Amino acid sequence: MYAFEFERPSTLDEAVKALGAEGAQALAGGQTLIPTLKQRLAMPETLVSLAGIAELKGISAEGGVLTVGAASTHTEVAGQTAYPALAHLARGIGDPHVRNRGTIGGSLANNDPSACYPAAALGSGATIVTNAREIAADDYFTGLFETALEEGEIITEVRFPIPAKAAYVKFEQPASRFALVGVFVSKGEGGVRVAVTGASEAGVFRWAEAEAALASDFSAAALDGLSASADDLIGDIHGSPAYRAHLIGVLTKRAVQAAG
Amino acid sequence: MPADGGIGAPNKRREDVRFLTGKGRYTDDINMRGQVYAAFLRSNVAHGRITSIDTSAAADMPGVIRVFTGADFEGIGGLPCGWQVTDRFGEVMQEPAHPVLAQGKVRHVGDPIAAVVAATAEQARDAVEAIEVEIEELPAVVDMKAALEEGAPKVHDDLTSNLCYDWGFVEENREAVNKAFEEAAHVTTLELRNQRLVANPMEPRVAIGDYAAHNDESTLYTTSQNPHVIRLLMGAFVLGIPEHKLRVVAPDVGGGFGSKIFHYAEEAFCTFAAKQIKRPVKWTSSRSEAFMTDAHGRDHVTKIELALDGDNNFAALRTETYANMGAYLSTFAPSVPTWLHGTLMAGNYRTPLIYVNVKAVFTNTVPVDAYRGAGRPEATFQLERVIDKAARELGVDPIALRRQNFITEFPYATPVAVEYDTGDYVATMDKLEEIADLAGFEKRLEESKARGKLRGLGVNCYIEACGIAPSHLVGQLGARAGLYESATVRVNATGGLVVMTGSHSHGQGHETAFPQVVAEMIGIDPNMIEIVHGDTANTPMGMGTYGSRSLAVGGSAIVRATEKIINKAKKIAAHLMEASEGDIELKDGQFTVAGTDKSVAWGDVTLAAYVPHNYPLEDIEPGLEETAFYDPNNFTYPAGAYACEVEVDPDTGKVTIERFAAADDFGNIVNPMIVSGQVHGGLGQGIGQALLEQAVYDENGQLLTGSYMDYAMPRADDVPFFAIDHSCATPCTHNPLGVKGCGEAGAIGSPPSVVNAVVDALQRAGKPVTHIDMPLSPARVWEAMNQ
Repeated sequence: MYAFEFERPSTLDEAVKALGAEGAQALAGGQTLIPTLKQRLAMPETLVSLAGIAELKGISAEGGVLTVGAASTHTEVAGQTAYPALAHLARGIGDPHVRNRGTIGGSLANNDPSACYPAAALGSGATIVTNAREIAADDYFTGLFETALEEGEIITEVRFPIPAKAAYVKFEQPASRFALVGVFVSKGEGGVRVAVTGASEAGVFRWAEAEAALASDFSAAALDGLSASADDLIGDIHGSPAYRAHLIGVLTKRAVQAAG
Repeated sequence: MPADGGIGAPNKRREDVRFLTGKGRYTDDINMRGQVYAAFLRSNVAHGRITSIDTSAAADMPGVIRVFTGADFEGIGGLPCGWQVTDRFGEVMQEPAHPVLAQGKVRHVGDPIAAVVAATAEQARDAVEAIEVEIEELPAVVDMKAALEEGAPKVHDDLTSNLCYDWGFVEENREAVNKAFEEAAHVTTLELRNQRLVANPMEPRVAIGDYAAHNDESTLYTTSQNPHVIRLLMGAFVLGIPEHKLRVVAPDVGGGFGSKIFHYAEEAFCTFAAKQIKRPVKWTSSRSEAFMTDAHGRDHVTKIELALDGDNNFAALRTETYANMGAYLSTFAPSVPTWLHGTLMAGNYRTPLIYVNVKAVFTNTVPVDAYRGAGRPEATFQLERVIDKAARELGVDPIALRRQNFITEFPYATPVAVEYDTGDYVATMDKLEEIADLAGFEKRLEESKARGKLRGLGVNCYIEACGIAPSHLVGQLGARAGLYESATVRVNATGGLVVMTGSHSHGQGHETAFPQVVAEMIGIDPNMIEIVHGDTANTPMGMGTYGSRSLAVGGSAIVRATEKIINKAKKIAAHLMEASEGDIELKDGQFTVAGTDKSVAWGDVTLAAYVPHNYPLEDIEPGLEETAFYDPNNFTYPAGAYACEVEVDPDTGKVTIERFAAADDFGNIVNPMIVSGQVHGGLGQGIGQALLEQAVYDENGQLLTGSYMDYAMPRADDVPFFAIDHSCATPCTHNPLGVKGCGEAGAIGSPPSVVNAVVDALQRAGKPVTHIDMPLSPARVWEAMNQ
């Protein structure tokens, strides 16, 4: 780890200001960033901790919308009961250490292509709220580790419309236990969504053909005969693009079944 | 046994109190006055020529004391290899130099090029980044067969090729074996890979070099399984320090699994640098460094053929193996695919003719050496897989085929040099069938089917050879070491004992088990006995711990030394009771005179030994301290039978282990709880190999599995509750304890049954799958199902 300055602002405004400085880097739960620093793969001049900002905390459900403060840990999200599929997803992230430190805002800002939360956000049609604006999930995830966030922009909360039915099924990569493939399905007022994480070189994506099939018949049987394309899917020692494409089909069916 | 926990008692491990409460004293816990820190610049390419190194900027960095390069080690020895194999043509193996820091070339990713010693570890790392090195990258060889092709890039320019040796065993049987294959009624052939593994002990390697100017003595604190071996190798062959001026200390060590047997460059570097700069020099491996510098394990590619006669008796066995040595010869690397592998190819079976060919190959990868089982897992895996395949081809029950060919009479001289002293393979198989509830398999199969899962059953046997010995034999086989073990038993005046053993505990539980042996012999509380190990300054010259040898060899040395103690104590007791020495009996810590009511306590005798007011000084010396060196006259041969039941998810290929049973014959058992723990750990490691672990290089020699993000370790939920049994004991006939060793059995015995079970599950589902290479990851199983 290289030496860096450390700031711990207590308000959002202070954080925005601190992040405006050259070489400043936001630190949420640190479950990706700290290991990266330890391996000397990043060299920020200043780490701006978001852990002390009250505005980023709290989880509430109102009017069919679950609002999750960006600094909520996975454990906290796992503990809410208004959106069970999201709680289930949070319970399956990493290990207790990761869940007690890692945050939803950190995960979404990082947009690891194998992370779980991007599937939940895209699969629910969530809105990512920042200090500057509101971004629909459909517009937010722009590629591998890339998002619509501008330099210095901070996620403040994530608003999930609570669907009538939803489920997340993750197939773990054997070593990291990140998603080799994870599929989040939901059926709500906005229609059916199928979001796939872990599989694509470009990060989380929606499986349009499955959504179309499920829109008229939300059942696993509606997916019979559908197969995801292996084009642009990840191939590595844990699975070929063809295997990942196959898993997308299997897991989508399982998710639909789990959603009931 | 004494009521207070001698041989056979499941005493809780006394060392666990400090380990579990954070009070262990590991090498990294040692911090010396004036200590400074080393960091290494390591090659990031697999093969290249160093064209320039500029350390001037690094030398000017804050805190930097000195920067070392290969030039500082000119005239210093290289890391030695401890075993010389002679090939099938009578030529000795090719043995390349292994410099402490690279001399001209780098040969694997992680090869050390230079080192910085600085006031803090971070400063040392900073300065490493400031070293300017230019490397002309050369084509790398990673695949073993490609490495042997004409015109392949040579890992070592001064060798004739990348072939270390071409070993044949038993070479004289070669033609007879070939003839038997021509006459066979059935031949089963299997090609497989026993994949490369990383040992991954919980504690990474650490070395601290220290130099005392007042007496010109060097000390190395290191994470080693065998401090005396390191002292001899490093002192005599690398740094030229006589053993009386070199002390090696291996304090608490957090697991080794073989990877801490070997002498590593960082140990020599820290010892050397400390003397140069006159300050203690410490290096602590990061986990990333561990992946690319700790010796790896396994990495064999094998073709095995089994010939059977018309009655399904094994007629002959023939194997051809390519064994990866990596870029250099690690300390005992040449012995693993040869004498620890070829000699085990008979397994538990009467196969009259066996021929084993092994080509050891240099590649641009981390050196490969012994890893839990070392050669024996590779032998067991291929043998038990080919037998399973043969049974399926012949349409016979795999268990019945094994039983039909079991060795049933002992001693049994195999056609591959070793002689099994004892065993009962029928008994362990009977026991396995019972504890695995094989009779209930069909019912469980139906239950799995009802849940949409494919169920399979895999069974295998194993035999291993532990306590590698005797010294005169291994010397003939190329070992540049003796393989005895030592013990000094020091009795204090008030009756307590200190046992100094040359073996080393890095998780085995010596501090608990060894006192049980001595307590049993004397009849005292094991808490009166302390075990000292791991420091060349206060233990007799020993060979350390590996190959499941500690109790069989080290324990036997303790028995011999304790016998000497008891014999002398009886003389003293006889004197005290004015009786004849021959009439003295020792029981429950009391010396008695046969046929009388006279007695003296153990403590009275020990006090007399050190306060010899009333003492037979004319016959014996005062004091009560004895040393013994024990050199066994044979290996020990633990054996057993294992069964695995798996479920395969037909949609994803994911394998789950539903049941696992292990029936082992370890001979006599000193502490059954420790034995169970060893079996559990071994099974976990073997299952890890079968399902999860693999070290993978890309074609350029970059390690793709350099962290736990990609190298899959087994976790608690990857294994089921095990059904284990050690009751089928046939005591070893040639050591005083009748023990055989249990440390590696689980890792040796479990991979074949897992693979056999998965193949069984797929075949029951109508899939024409005869083999899948480990690890049986979901992707591989799915691909095999959908070929």
